[in-house]
Amino acid sequence: MNIYVILKRTFDTEEKISVSNNKISEDSAEFIINPYDEYAIEEAITLKDAHGGTVTVVTVGDEDSEKELRTALAMGADQAVLISNEDLDSQDPFTTSSVLAAYFKDKEFDIILGGNVAIDNGTGQVGPRLAELLDIPHVTTITKIEINGTTVNIERDVEGDLEKIETSLPLLVTAQQGLNEPRYPSLPGIMKAKKKPLETLELDDLDIDEDDVEAKTKTVEIYLPPKKEAGKILSGDTADQVKELVSLLRNEAKVI
Amino acid sequence: MAKKVLVLAESRDGSLRNVSFEAIAAAKEISGGGEVFAVLCGESVQSLANDLIHYGADRVLVAENEKLANYTTDGYYQALKQIIDDEKPEAIVFGHTSLGKDLSPRLAARLESGLISDVTGLEQAGENTVFTRPVYSGKAFEKKLINDGLVFVTIRPNNIAPLEKDESRSGEVKSVSVEIKDLRTIVKEVVRKATTGVDLSEAKIIVAGGRGVKSEDGFKPLQELADVLGAAVGASRGACDADYCDYSLQIGQTGKVVTPDLYIACGISGAIQHLAGMSNSKVIVAINKDPEASIFSVADYGIVGDLFEVVPLLTEEFKKVLV
Repeated sequence: MNIYVILKRTFDTEEKISVSNNKISEDSAEFIINPYDEYAIEEAITLKDAHGGTVTVVTVGDEDSEKELRTALAMGADQAVLISNEDLDSQDPFTTSSVLAAYFKDKEFDIILGGNVAIDNGTGQVGPRLAELLDIPHVTTITKIEINGTTVNIERDVEGDLEKIETSLPLLVTAQQGLNEPRYPSLPGIMKAKKKPLETLELDDLDIDEDDVEAKTKTVEIYLPPKKEAGKILSGDTADQVKELVSLLRNEAKVI
Repeated sequence: MAKKVLVLAESRDGSLRNVSFEAIAAAKEISGGGEVFAVLCGESVQSLANDLIHYGADRVLVAENEKLANYTTDGYYQALKQIIDDEKPEAIVFGHTSLGKDLSPRLAARLESGLISDVTGLEQAGENTVFTRPVYSGKAFEKKLINDGLVFVTIRPNNIAPLEKDESRSGEVKSVSVEIKDLRTIVKEVVRKATTGVDLSEAKIIVAGGRGVKSEDGFKPLQELADVLGAAVGASRGACDADYCDYSLQIGQTGKVVTPDLYIACGISGAIQHLAGMSNSKVIVAINKDPEASIFSVADYGIVGDLFEVVPLLTEEFKKVLV
């Protein structure tokens, strides 16, 4: 099977966010593979173990994204592709999906996996947009997948309920938490990853004119939410605290 | 400039979801005095149409088809595509729900349009509508606009106030026939897991548990409190990782991002990843044994104590006052 994973480099979830010059400051920030994309990588490796084939991880990013691709290779992916975004003046989900579609245009693929959302910009658009551009079905927020020949049985999370879906390859799916438990790269895995192929592509290599993939949306301002004032810690015996809390919620906060 | 705006209405268990009324309010603002029309898809949904008018839609198109009984990407995509081609709206508003998240990017790709997802606020700036949305799971916000062409947004439930219901409003309700061809994904079964039927993303009140609940059974007092308040139950990653509850309940940077009116955090320490998912709630109550727990830093009201003592008392007290 030709298995592809689309992934994104994002801020570590531990990072505090600061804004300078109307941009999120990246100074000294730690980066990771978007956590939902890690589920996609893990599932891709599991599918390969069961069905054979090749796992290729693909990202659209800057040269620093090589680190996250190497991590995916260390987990067990076979090869990686870094599509450089450095010639892009602007990038939004329209841009990213268009670039990926150009990459996949002449590829043979059975399944493409991604995270259901990235924890930085949180749009969740790139997966379904790419599926449309490639004219294949997609299933979002999956928590289980079984492939038999070209028949695919999927369980997906729908706001807490579970939906059982039948579909077929070729297919794009996006991972939800609960799909699996991503492995940590092993030391031998990390050593091997250094020798696995990592191809870097420029937009020119994909015959993309950057004007054609220019972002459709524009960010005019980025700001931090107002800081919360210190709250009220209640005191006294527990029963009194509970009474006071109920009264505060009803009379002061007026939420009940 | 006045715009013609399409709103996709969503129903669940035979009634309209609140987010659809919120979407109408957002659409009104985007329309700048233009027309707002709602689209209702399903198998037998005609009876819901008037409510959409009462909440501000100027007219409703009802697309009924047996292949639309359950949501499938292909079915809804085909229905919406036909209606969009016929009506040529200049703006589209969906709820940022499971359905909206699944369908909107695919349609936007087909329409070669921009899409601003997960909008929590909007304002007019000259000819443009500027949309506010959280990034980094609410650790920051951005204001965004669509450069030109179709304005397509999804709005987060619980953030944009619906218009007041006005039963004297009237408007045209029209059936449209849509042709649904092959469905490439088939829904075999839907297993209901959400216990109370109150969806986390739309809940006005959430009672959430962390590692402090100690076991699956430990969630019972939280559920009892939630039942009294008509609330939904949520959890921190810690509680999910420890198998005390299902991952579908998880609130945080991974998991759901929620903004209820009231969030009651029980035995949750308040890791930065959890705070990212709930710190924009309107009022936060923290109940924790550890006075140093970082959840208290975002709480409006805190009780330092054992949740197994505090929560049942709270349930009893609410029972008394809410009778």
